[in-house]
Amino acid sequence: MQAEVRKNKLQETGVNFLFKFGAIALLICIIIYFSSISDAFFTYANFTDILRSISIVTLLALGVTFTLVVGGFDLSVGSTMSLSTVVTASLMVWYEMPLWLVLIVPILVGVLVGLVNSFLIVILGIPDLLATLSTMYIVAGFHRTYTEGYSIYNNMPLTSGGTAPGQFSEAFLWIGQGRLFGLPVPVWIMLILVIVAYIVLNHTRWGRILYMTGGNEEAATLSGVNTRKVKFIAYIISGIFASLAGVLFTARVGSGQIDAGTPLLMEAVAAVFVGYSVLGIGKPNALGTFFGAAVIGILLNGLTILNLPYYAFDIIKGTVLVSALAVTYIYAKKRFSRA
Amino acid sequence: MPNPFLSMKAIDKTFGKVHALQKAEFHLQKGEVHALLGVNGAGKSTLMKILSGVYEQDMGEILFEGKKVRIRSPKVAKDQGIYCVYQEVDTAIVSELSVAENILLDSIVAGTSMFISKKKLNSEARDALKQLQAEDIPVEKPAFMLTLAEKQLVLIARALISSAKIIIFDEPTAPLSIHESTKLFSVIKRLKESGVGCIFISHRLPEVFEICDRITVMAEGKFVGTYSTSNTKQEEIIEAMLGTSYSKDFPVRTHTLGNTLLRVKKVSDGVKLRNISFDVSEGEIVGIVGLVGAGKTELAKTLFGYSPHTEGTIEVLGNTLKIKHPKDAIKAGMALIPEERRKEGLFVHEALQTNASFPNLQNFSRFLFMDKRKEKSFAKEIVERLQIKTSNTETPLVYLSGGNQQKVAIGKWTSLDSTLYLFDEPTKGVDIGAKTDIYRLVREFARKRKSCIYFSSEIHEVLGISDRILVMYDGQIVKELSREEATQERILLYASGGKEE
Repeated sequence: MQAEVRKNKLQETGVNFLFKFGAIALLICIIIYFSSISDAFFTYANFTDILRSISIVTLLALGVTFTLVVGGFDLSVGSTMSLSTVVTASLMVWYEMPLWLVLIVPILVGVLVGLVNSFLIVILGIPDLLATLSTMYIVAGFHRTYTEGYSIYNNMPLTSGGTAPGQFSEAFLWIGQGRLFGLPVPVWIMLILVIVAYIVLNHTRWGRILYMTGGNEEAATLSGVNTRKVKFIAYIISGIFASLAGVLFTARVGSGQIDAGTPLLMEAVAAVFVGYSVLGIGKPNALGTFFGAAVIGILLNGLTILNLPYYAFDIIKGTVLVSALAVTYIYAKKRFSRA
Repeated sequence: MPNPFLSMKAIDKTFGKVHALQKAEFHLQKGEVHALLGVNGAGKSTLMKILSGVYEQDMGEILFEGKKVRIRSPKVAKDQGIYCVYQEVDTAIVSELSVAENILLDSIVAGTSMFISKKKLNSEARDALKQLQAEDIPVEKPAFMLTLAEKQLVLIARALISSAKIIIFDEPTAPLSIHESTKLFSVIKRLKESGVGCIFISHRLPEVFEICDRITVMAEGKFVGTYSTSNTKQEEIIEAMLGTSYSKDFPVRTHTLGNTLLRVKKVSDGVKLRNISFDVSEGEIVGIVGLVGAGKTELAKTLFGYSPHTEGTIEVLGNTLKIKHPKDAIKAGMALIPEERRKEGLFVHEALQTNASFPNLQNFSRFLFMDKRKEKSFAKEIVERLQIKTSNTETPLVYLSGGNQQKVAIGKWTSLDSTLYLFDEPTKGVDIGAKTDIYRLVREFARKRKSCIYFSSEIHEVLGISDRILVMYDGQIVKELSREEATQERILLYASGGKEE
């Protein structure tokens, strides 16, 4: 009897420890392991590389974080990013638009996707996963139809004959490829947005309202919050982050790749759930999301150095996601059973 | 008297520290409709759950058809022929299946044949419905398309087809219209004629007297008495239900009333509430009392803008309010302490201070940024003033007791300086000490010229705390009583749909 109690207690502290420090412990193990087998790993150049490689996923994941905070979910971020990528590229290459329009129009596209999602979820009442699963396919279909299935690049041949008139401008490409104070520009963009998201979520009235809506919608309503409006805003924010990720991706690779966002969805979701548990916060949060993206980025970087074939990466990403989910849900079960 | 069909003798049941049943008795004859009455917490549902196998008694015995039986599980109860028609019919209906499949559910599940003949199924179901004179329900219709009353009939038919000997009706008429109730009563009469024993639980005295042969009254888990409806008056039953133990005294309050703060005129919600009119003055405590299902929570939520009203007006200080959302009600100075505090009132996984500041975030932020110091000092203030027992203000509310959680749910409104507090069953699930604190708080609000509406089904509480009492029954206010006029007996009589002669 007593042994059993002690065993339960051990189990509980074990779960607590895993939940609080699991992600950090994992990160340290990965770094030590890769450093020991490769000299190229633990270098400043490699770390800025990793940060640059996670910048796009982090933006996507921040959007997902906002929808999770209000108790929703957004599966359509990958497709929204793809759409934004080709829209951005087409504005430059096909239509030779000025830079400010090239930056604003994709954001409006993101807002539009967010509005559609919130309409389906908040007004029609379709469960978030199913609604955004549908929009994920619809948006993906739109972006392929828009480009007729081709990627967009400088002076590409057009189906209507001739070649595209425009080119990616230097100023635009700087966003994705330039450096500032020793760090790549995308890294600065990422860091700024992470900090802004962190401040909004953790230190402002808005953040409070977002978390409370997700925590208990009924209680929030009875405290005078218009929870429908709050959810609308969260999905719009998610759309904006996804389209920013698309702009950044276009500037980074210098072309409008088709299906750019699709493979990043899972990484983004995994980043958010790894972030849930960092330091035992137990809620979706901006710093955790960044940390989660970093864990995954470092892992993938190390595996690349190890020459693991790219087609095996999904196994790793999926395993990270399922481990993060397992820790989160086991912990949640314990916490709720006590309540 | 012949030997009873069913005898439950000296039944005892405890849950943790709560002694739910003490030597409870219940005797049923064959072909009898027997009502089981008692106020909330009297133990009627526990006793019926023991009979239907949900719980097993700690002590006492059950004799059925002259034999001693142990009802270890709901399945055993069904095998014996004891069936229950719950108030929430949907929990027992599989909505995607057809009427026939629902009626024959038990035999399908228990059956041994691989294939099920639709034809045979439908004809058996039709026979069962015919016995209830409910042939008009098409047996192939999916169950989710039925009305509540039809679903009840399906459940009764299910019991019949399994040759039920006893059917327990748990508040069957609560969701029904008058016409549907009348139809149900004729079905019950038919069941009675065919020798089925019916146990009827209801809060509505007139219908109990209409269809029942005898009434057994319980109070505080004990058997009070069994009465025959033909030679008993409603008042006697009321007295028996109230028992003797309610003598908690509240100090007498002297108060002067200010202007009329709230005036509700002919409010209906198109669902439950009908033609509700009353007003509340500044510094007044108005008790709204009614039994479970009378519409108190609906009224509180309608006043607060959570659910809409289709007719009538709500005025505060002479201005008609457009209340479309709780935020409009809050702006008009209202505060709601909801009945389901964990579900509706609080964020139980969040810190005490986060909960406390939430209704008035404007006050705890500069520009957009949260002022966590101010938040904390307010939380400390209410912890002290309301005597909330907690280690500190950052403790998540799950770790607090029900009473202390409730104090947070009340205290969080004080930063807004609300003028009208709506308390919906504020002492539900709260220990005695915290109850006294909550009464004291309500009184204190009133002394500070705030108005309070106290919704409760606990008659002695309403009686003790209110300056004026409104009794609700079936979505309406059926009686207004001043503090001097009100007695437990009169309140319960009106709350059960009775009238004074």
